[in-house]
Amino acid sequence: MLERIARHLASIVALVLLGGLLSATLVRLAPGFDSDAREMDPSLSAESIRAIRAEHASHHNILDFYSTYLFNAVHGDLGTSQALGQPVKDLLRDRLPVTVRVAGTGLLLGWLLASTLAFAACLWQKPASDLLGTVLSGVFLCIPAAVLALASVILNAPGYLAIALIVFPKIFGYSRNLLAKAYALPHILAARARGLGELRILARHVLPVAGPQLIALAGITISMALGAAIPVESLCGLPGIGQLAWQAALSRDLPLLVNLTMLVTVVTLLANSSADVMVHMLRPARA
Amino acid sequence: MKAIRVFACVIIVAVCALSLAAGWLAPDGYARQFRETPGAPPSRAHLLGTDEVGRDRFARVLYGTRISLLLAPAAALISTALAALVGGLAGYLGGIWLKLARAFTDLFLSLPWLFLLITVRALLPLNVSPLASVLVTFLILGVLGWAASARVLSTSADALRNSDFVLQARASGLDGPRLFLIHVLPNLKPVLYAQFWISIPVFILSEANLGVLGLGVAEPLPSWGSLLRELEGLISFREEPWRLVPLLLLIVVMTSFQILLSNEEVTA
Repeated sequence: MLERIARHLASIVALVLLGGLLSATLVRLAPGFDSDAREMDPSLSAESIRAIRAEHASHHNILDFYSTYLFNAVHGDLGTSQALGQPVKDLLRDRLPVTVRVAGTGLLLGWLLASTLAFAACLWQKPASDLLGTVLSGVFLCIPAAVLALASVILNAPGYLAIALIVFPKIFGYSRNLLAKAYALPHILAARARGLGELRILARHVLPVAGPQLIALAGITISMALGAAIPVESLCGLPGIGQLAWQAALSRDLPLLVNLTMLVTVVTLLANSSADVMVHMLRPARA
Repeated sequence: MKAIRVFACVIIVAVCALSLAAGWLAPDGYARQFRETPGAPPSRAHLLGTDEVGRDRFARVLYGTRISLLLAPAAALISTALAALVGGLAGYLGGIWLKLARAFTDLFLSLPWLFLLITVRALLPLNVSPLASVLVTFLILGVLGWAASARVLSTSADALRNSDFVLQARASGLDGPRLFLIHVLPNLKPVLYAQFWISIPVFILSEANLGVLGLGVAEPLPSWGSLLRELEGLISFREEPWRLVPLLLLIVVMTSFQILLSNEEVTA
C-alpha cells in the first residue's frame, strides 16, 4: 500500500515538474513576453526602463527562468499578478474557499441527481425509469457549460446548480452503464431467483462490483467540476479561482494563469491518485 | 433506431447546406450594419431581427453556423492526426515509448479542458484580426484535443503490435515504418474514424464556451460561441425569444451528433 502511495506521489511530482517546464516554455515563448506595460510610463527615467529590460533579459534562458520560478515557489513565492498587482499566493488564499464551496456543492448535487436516476433506471429496469435520466443527460450534454451558467444568472439560480447540471450527464452516463453491467451478471440473477431483496442485492452484490469504478469516476469528476467553475464563476460573478483564471486570460496575466493551471493540475492528480489508492484498499476486503 | 439516426443525419446535412447557402439566403452579409434599426424584432427584412449594432441576426446565425460546423471537423482532423502520430506510433513501438506517451497523455488529461484552453489561448495575442482569431481558436482546439484519442489509439496499436498477423509480417522480414503503414495503420482506421467523429461535438461545445467567455472568434466574424454571447444581456427567456435561435440550433445539431455517435462510441 505504502509503495503504491509513494509511486503515485512520485508520479504526481514528475508530472507537475514536466507540466511546469512546459508552462514555463510556453510563457517564455509567448508573444509579448519581453514587453512590459511599465515601459510606456512617461514618468520613468531611461535608467529605470533599462532596469526593467535587464530584468526581462535575465529570464531569456528557459531553464534559468524555470529554475528561478521553482526556487521561488518552493520558498512560498508564486510571483505577483501582473493585472491585479497582488501576490498570487494571497489571491489563491482568498479565492480558493469560494471555488471549493461552489464546485463542491455542485459536484455533490450532480452526484446525488445522477446516481439516484442511475440506480432507479437499473433497479426497476423499465424503459420509463431509464428515459428520464437519458433525456435529461442528453439535453444537458448538448448545452455548453457557459450557457448553463448564463441560464442560472437569468433564472436567479445558484451557481452550484449550474455546476451540478454540467457534471450530471457524464456521471449519469458512466454510472448507469457500470450499474447496468453489474446488474447483468449471472450471480445477481441467481440472487433474485433466491428471493433476495433489491436493497440487499444492491449493497452486497452490485456495489462491490461497480464500487471501485464509481470511486475512480468520482476522482475524474473533481477535474470536471473545476473546469466547469470557469464559466460558472465568471458569468455568475462568484469570486473563485475559475473567475480569477478567466480574468487572468482576458488580461494575459501569464504568471497567474500558469500558477492556477498548476494548482488545478495538482488537485486533479491528487484526486485521481486518492481514488486509485481507495480502489486498491477496497480490493482485499472484497476478496 | 435506424430511422432516428437517418433523421439526425438529415438534420446535420440540412443545417450544413443552409449555412453553405448563407451568401444566397442572406446577401447583406454578417457585418453590414442597419444603423436605423438596431435591436429590431423579427420582420420580413430581418427574419430574426437585428443585434444591438444593427446587424442582421439571421445572416449572422447562418455565417456563424458555417464557421462552427466547417472548422470543428478541421480541428478534429488535426487532433486525430496528432493522436495517430503520438498514440498510434507509441503503441506500435511499445516499451519506453509507450510509457512516455502515456505519461504525456496523462499530463494533458489531468488538466481540466477549459483551463488548458484558456491558458493556451491567453498565451497567444488576444487582439488579432478576426480571421486569425478563427484559425487560432480552432487550431488550439485541434492541437490540444489529441490526448484522449491518443490514449485510445495507443491501446489499440499496442494490441495490434502483439497480434498474429503483425508477428507473421515481422517474421517475413517486414519492419519499421513499412510495417506500421501497411499493417498497423489500416487496422487502426475504425478507431481513427470513431475518434474523429467523437471530437467534432466536443470542439463545437468548446468553441461555444470560449466564445461566451470572450476568448473565441473575434468580432465581427460570427460563430456559435460569439452568437451565444448575446444571451448575456437577457433578463428573462421570454424577452426576445428569437435571440435563443443560435442556442436552439446548437442543441439540435449537438443532439443529432449524439444520436449518430451513440453507436460509434460503442464500437470505439
